[in-house]
Amino acid sequence: MTDNAALDVPWMEVNGELCKGCQLCLAVCPKSVIAISEKLNSASYHPAYYTGADCTGCGLCFYACPEPGAIRVTKP
Amino acid sequence: MKTYEKSGGFFPVFERKTGPAKDATHYCPGCGHGNVHKMIAEALEEFGLLGRSVFVSPVGCSVFGYYYFNCGNFQAAHGRAPAVATAVKRTNPDSIVISYQGDGDLAAIGTAETIHTANRGENICVFFVNNAIYGMTGGQMAPTTMIGQRSTTTPQGRIETVHGNPIRMAEMLATLPAPTYIERVAIGDSKHIMKARKAIRKAIRIQAEGKGYSFVEIVSACPTGWKMDPVHAREWLLEDMLKVFPLGVFKDESDSREEDSWLRRYDAYDPAVVDEYLDRLKSTLGDAEPVALAEDLHCKFAGFGGQGILTLGLLLSQIGMRAGQHVSWFPAYGPEMRGGTANCSVNVCGSRIGTPLVETPNVLVVMNQPSLDAFEKEVVDGGVIIIDTTIVEGRPDDKRLRPVLIPATAIADEVGTAKIANVVVLGALVAATGCFPRAFCEDTLRAAIKKRSLVDMNIDAFGRGYEFVKNAR
Repeated sequence: MTDNAALDVPWMEVNGELCKGCQLCLAVCPKSVIAISEKLNSASYHPAYYTGADCTGCGLCFYACPEPGAIRVTKP
Repeated sequence: MKTYEKSGGFFPVFERKTGPAKDATHYCPGCGHGNVHKMIAEALEEFGLLGRSVFVSPVGCSVFGYYYFNCGNFQAAHGRAPAVATAVKRTNPDSIVISYQGDGDLAAIGTAETIHTANRGENICVFFVNNAIYGMTGGQMAPTTMIGQRSTTTPQGRIETVHGNPIRMAEMLATLPAPTYIERVAIGDSKHIMKARKAIRKAIRIQAEGKGYSFVEIVSACPTGWKMDPVHAREWLLEDMLKVFPLGVFKDESDSREEDSWLRRYDAYDPAVVDEYLDRLKSTLGDAEPVALAEDLHCKFAGFGGQGILTLGLLLSQIGMRAGQHVSWFPAYGPEMRGGTANCSVNVCGSRIGTPLVETPNVLVVMNQPSLDAFEKEVVDGGVIIIDTTIVEGRPDDKRLRPVLIPATAIADEVGTAKIANVVVLGALVAATGCFPRAFCEDTLRAAIKKRSLVDMNIDAFGRGYEFVKNAR
C-alpha cells in the first residue's frame, strides 16, 4: 500500500481479517481490480484483496461492503 | 485527498460485542444491515450530530445496534422502537433519534406503534430494513414476504388467500397527513446504494431541522434467509423484490414545513400548562387555606363495581387537593360496569408523589369479601382497615392492623340509599385517620358534589360514618 501512496494514485485496501468474502465489492467495481484470495482468514472466509493497479478511488466498493471496517479507499 | 473508511459514527472497537472478533459486525456475509449502518453512522458524524444522537435498536438481527453506534443507545421491546423513540425525543427535544427496524418488528408486532408514531408526526427518523423475511429467527414468513416466496413457514411459497399479501408500509404510511418524508430505496447495485445513502441523509437532516417524521424503507438482502449467495441475492432483490416494492418518494413535504415547526408542539407538555389545568380543577372546589396533613395516606379502596369505590377515591383526592396536598388517584376495574370487582389507589402526601400505585397501603377499605382476602396482607403493620360489615363477614387480624368495623351499607340505607355507603365510609376514614378536619371535608363535599339535590344526603352520610367511628371509641 505504501507503493500506491508514493505513486500518488488512488487505491483501495481490504482488511483481510474483517472481510467475510461476500464478493459484493467485486460485483460493483467498475475496473474489476478486486479479487478473492485463495487463503482463508481466521474467521474461515476467503477475503477480497486489491489486485494492485487501476483503482480510480470511486468508493463504490466501500458503500457496497456491509462491513464497517473492511474496506478503505484513498483518493489523493 | 478523499478517504472512504470506517466512520467515527461507529465505536473504534466493538467492545460490547461478545466473542473474539471485536472489529467485525455480527451480521452474515452480504447482509444489507451493515450497509445501512455505515450510511447512518457516516451521516451522524458528518452532520456533527453524534453527541446528541440516540439509536433505538429493535428486536431482530439489528438488535445489537448498541454494539456499534458511538452515540446513545436503547434496545426496545419487539416492535416498540417508535414508542421508545417518541419518549426519547419528547423528553430530550434536542436529541436526534433513530428508530431502526426490520420488517417483522415494524410491520408485524410493531404495526400499531409504527402507524401511530407516523400519525403523530413525531420528529424522528424511522429506518425500515425490509428483507421480506424473519432473518434472526431462521427465515420465517414476514408481513413483507412476497407471493410465492418460500420461507420455513411457507415451504410451498406464500399464498395470497392463506397468508395475505405483502404489506407495503411506505405506501400505507404515505396516506397519513403528518409524516414529512417517506421514500423507499434499495441496497442493490451501486446506483441504488448511493440513492439510499442520499435518502438516509435527507431524513436525518429533516429531523435535525425540526421538520418532522421521516420514514425510509430500505429494501435489503438476506442472503442467509433467502438461501442465496450475496451477489445473487442483490440481483434477485433488484429483479423480483422491486416489482412488489417499487422504489420512489411517496411523500415529501420537507420544503413546505417550517424549520422547528414540530418542536413548538411541545408547548402542550409545558409544566406551567399542567399546573394551570390543575389550579383550574382545584378552583372548582372553592378557595381554601392549606390544611396540614398529619400523616401521608396511601390508600387502597376495594369492592364491587357499582359501590362507588372509584368515587370514594376521587372524593378523598379532592379533599386532599383542596387542602393543598399532593394527591393521586389510580383506578383499576374489570370490564363490567356493575357487579365486577373494582379498586383504586389514592395517595395524599405532603411531598411529590413518585408513583400513583399503592402496593403497601396504610389505609385499606374493603366493601366485599374478595377484597379483604386479596388486600389484607398488603396493608402495613398498624395500618387502618375499614370494613363494611353489612357485606363483609370476614374480620382482619386485629393484632397487626387497626380494624374499623362499620355497617356502612346499612347506615346508608337509613340515610336514604345504599348507594351512598361510600360516603359513609369516607366519614369513617376521616374519623379513623384524623387526616383532615370534619368541617373542611364537609365543605369540600359541598363543592365536589355536582348534583345539588344530593348534597344534604351526602353530608348526612359523611357525618354518620364520622360519628359512628368517634362514638365507637
